[in-house]
Amino acid sequence: MRVDRFRYCGRFMLVALTVGALALSAPPASAADEAGVATPVVADQALEDQVQELSHKLRCLVCQNQSIAESHAPLAVDLRNQVREQLAAGKSEDDVLTYLVDRYGDFVLYEPPFKAITLLLWGGPAVLLLGGAGWLALRLRRRQIEAAAQRHLTDAERARARSMLAGESPATADRPSAEEPRS
Amino acid sequence: MKAKFLVPLFLFLVLVGFLGFGLTLDPREVPSPLIDKPAPAFRLARLDTPEQTFALDEMKGKVWLLNVWASWCVACRQEHPVLVDLARSGVVPIVGLNYKEVRGDGEIDARGLALEVETAQAIERARGWLNTHGNPYNLSVLDIDGRVGIDFGVYGVPETFLIDRDGRIRYKQIGPVTPENLKKVLLPMIEELKRAG
Repeated sequence: MRVDRFRYCGRFMLVALTVGALALSAPPASAADEAGVATPVVADQALEDQVQELSHKLRCLVCQNQSIAESHAPLAVDLRNQVREQLAAGKSEDDVLTYLVDRYGDFVLYEPPFKAITLLLWGGPAVLLLGGAGWLALRLRRRQIEAAAQRHLTDAERARARSMLAGESPATADRPSAEEPRS
Repeated sequence: MKAKFLVPLFLFLVLVGFLGFGLTLDPREVPSPLIDKPAPAFRLARLDTPEQTFALDEMKGKVWLLNVWASWCVACRQEHPVLVDLARSGVVPIVGLNYKEVRGDGEIDARGLALEVETAQAIERARGWLNTHGNPYNLSVLDIDGRVGIDFGVYGVPETFLIDRDGRIRYKQIGPVTPENLKKVLLPMIEELKRAG
């Protein structure tokens, strides 16, 4: 029974999809702005931009694949208000992030911090890339060596090849030809 | 390397192992950074006597549970009988944190509602709910705007915190308390904390 926590996700995703579909069929936003339709009314645009920017870095704990800037879950609204309140009170962005991490853990950050426990997460791709490149280089070199080794025929092989090319085919002479009927 | 053909199979089994382990995890249970840290201080109005407040340090010296609940919370209804039974056994005092009683209810548009009006509504709703379903709480406090909830890292209701004598959070139960989880986790921890004190 996790209904209360997550019921907003589905509902608002549906709304978001609908709005998205409408937005696709609607004229571009700039046209709407020129027509004076969607002008946001905020007291302090700079603050609001800052809130927006910071909110995009924060994960909504209810709808976990959305930032608190995108999510409409009540908790996201609360957290956005917290961000706004604290920035307005003159706190730095780092202060606000620390405030939220203290309460919700690193999980609230969309970009996980680089520390011992996330070493594999951050270093993993590089390790895989280097490992893959090393493996590839090794394989290529081995193949080159093998190919080089095959290029040098012994004198006996050379003589055999020459005789084969000349039409005296000792290898096929004692075998029945495939074209001949066997019965 | 005779068994080279086994390599993909081996990799596949490793992958299955990881995926299988992943199935046992609940990605929605976010580990709380507050475990073993002092519970955030708060002072909130009591539900039974709203003119009085209750502060965290009033529970100092006791092992107790802080249970986050609301009347609109469906899962709370599931855990409520468990809490009522627990309260009856008298093992541990339970304090209720009534979380966003009015504005948390998705059915209500509480915007523009004056705080006094909202508080009055919250009290009426919360008391009504406890009258109907039973009251397992020694007392409940009103977190009208959910600020204390944020301090506790609440991101869904119900949540339950086990707090020790020194006011430290020792365990957080995300989602409803079930009889099973009470028996296996909470009660043993409560016993241990009581003995340790």
